Amino acid sequence: MKILVTCKRVPDTDQKIHVKEDGGGIDDSNLAYVLNPFDAIAVEEALRIREEYQTNDEIQIVAVGVGVADYESELRTALAMGADRAILVESTAIMDPWTVANTIAAVVARESPDLVLMGKQAVDDDANQTGQFLAALLQWPQATFASNIRFGGLGLQVARETDQGIEEIEVPLPAVVTADLRLNEPRYASLPSILKARKKEIEIIAHADLQVDADPKLEVLSMKSEISQRSCVMLDNVNSLIEIIRP
Amino acid sequence: MKTLVITESDESDIRLGSLSAIAFAQSLPEAQLDTLCVADVFGENPTADSHAAVIAAAVNQKSYELVVAAATTYAKDVVARAAGLCGGSMASDVISHRFDGDQLLLDRPMFAGAVTATVTLSSIPRFITVRASAYNPVERSIVDNLNSLDTESLDVDYSDVPCAHWKSLASRASHRPDVTEAKIVVSGGRAFKSTEDFERLVGGLADGLGGAAGSSRALVDAGITPNDLQVGQTGKIVAPDIYIALGISGAVQHLAGMKNSKTIIAVNTDPDAPIFSVADFGLVGDVYEVVPQLIAELNG
Ligand SMILES: Cc1cc2nc3c(=O)[nH]c(=O)nc-3n(C[C@H](O)[C@H](O)[C@H](O)COP(=O)(O)OP(=O)(O)OC[C@H]3O[C@@H](n4cnc5c(N)ncnc54)[C@H](O)[C@@H]3O)c2cc1C
Repeated sequence: MKILVTCKRVPDTDQKIHVKEDGGGIDDSNLAYVLNPFDAIAVEEALRIREEYQTNDEIQIVAVGVGVADYESELRTALAMGADRAILVESTAIMDPWTVANTIAAVVARESPDLVLMGKQAVDDDANQTGQFLAALLQWPQATFASNIRFGGLGLQVARETDQGIEEIEVPLPAVVTADLRLNEPRYASLPSILKARKKEIEIIAHADLQVDADPKLEVLSMKSEISQRSCVMLDNVNSLIEIIRP
Repeated sequence: MKTLVITESDESDIRLGSLSAIAFAQSLPEAQLDTLCVADVFGENPTADSHAAVIAAAVNQKSYELVVAAATTYAKDVVARAAGLCGGSMASDVISHRFDGDQLLLDRPMFAGAVTATVTLSSIPRFITVRASAYNPVERSIVDNLNSLDTESLDVDYSDVPCAHWKSLASRASHRPDVTEAKIVVSGGRAFKSTEDFERLVGGLADGLGGAAGSSRALVDAGITPNDLQVGQTGKIVAPDIYIALGISGAVQHLAGMKNSKTIIAVNTDPDAPIFSVADFGLVGDVYEVVPQLIAELNG
């Protein structure tokens, strides 16, 4: 069995994001980058599936990134956590979820995984689309916002976080599953495995070689920073608070 | 613009968020709206795979140029898949829009709301989910005058597409309104040590004010509150008249879900908690002491 896990490189969420003065994008001169937290959860889940279900039938975990050469560092994070292989589809082009989903679909055609695990959203564009687009392109069933995954029945039993509560669905394989926050808590890679991951080879595919025919549909024209305009009145006792909230 | 609005309802009525989606759609020039009510149309197997196939068939066969829905977990799941079946022209979580000539400009938050991006969608059909909190809902009575799409007339065949099967929904019965639909939201954070404490204090204050109870991610992770109470970047987005943050530090991911509330009130033992920087009123204090007093006053 093969599990494909997608890995996006995003600015670390612990730092302030500033927009360039001309509004043409974010100021990335001093940003630290990490593996998208939801993708880290997806990688972790693949590892747990391998730990729990691997029998004589080997479970292979392949990490895939689509983007600039720097993506290598996030793919190495996935390797250090325990992924078997990593593929970088290299491109400097501006992409939207549609282009990325089409690109991953091309990788799926090459790799024929049984399961694609993805983060439910990337914390940079917060689009929450790529997994659903990929499932649609492949005509595979999808289970988004997963908070629990078990093998059983027709394939997978997945618990999903919805606005109404936890939904259970049964998903035949192959399928696309996107990870929500509570699926697991990703492990930190140990130093020896980080060092080992540095030596592993990352397969590089030039984006053009995949012959993906999908121009971006969403164009970002400009950006602006959102800064809170509020100033807080500090109250010195509970009674003044009651005056404010009393209906 | 020939538009299909996907609406959701609870046991009794169309959801407030769907009324906001209709408001967005109606504000566009030459709006020509049909509605598709999820509960009326989709019966036996309510999973994304089959629903999206029906929406995509509607778009293709009825030539809709635009599909609109409120950005709920349903729409994020189903409408995004339908968009994927129809060419992938989609903007999610739209908070405002305007025209530049005939180009539709859409504003949407990125980076947990630290940035607002203005985007356009280059191809038709377009799929747009809107933040309910950003658009004033239309009157419920308007819905009856809208044409609801007759899905019987569609030719839909997804029999050769493998579909997920729906099994169950563990929905927690609550007498309180949903956080996205209440005028007052009282939210609790890690300060609360147990479900009982949360119920008594956060729930008690919400009841006293006729509002909804919400929480930070920390309490959901700890199993103290259910997932559908989570407010934030990856939970629900709210903008009530009053948002009361009790023992919540104010991480960017939490602020992303509530910072557009009209009035924000924070109670926290730490005078330097970041929540105070987005609040209108703050009280430094222990929620275990402050909240019982508030509840007593309201009930007294
Ligand atoms: C990818 C990602 C997505 C996330 N999405 C969300 C999201 O959607 N929503 C969300 O909320 N978080 C989200 N988070 C988590 C977020 O970063 C914070 O960890 C979380 O919001 C913290 O919750 P909290 O404020 O309750 O807890 P803490 O940060 O631990 O804060 C507790 C606060 O309570 C105060 N306090 C303690 N005891 C008392 C007392 N007795 N009386 C008064 N005050 C007291 C403390 O001073 C402190 O300020 C996300 C994180 C990541 C990485």
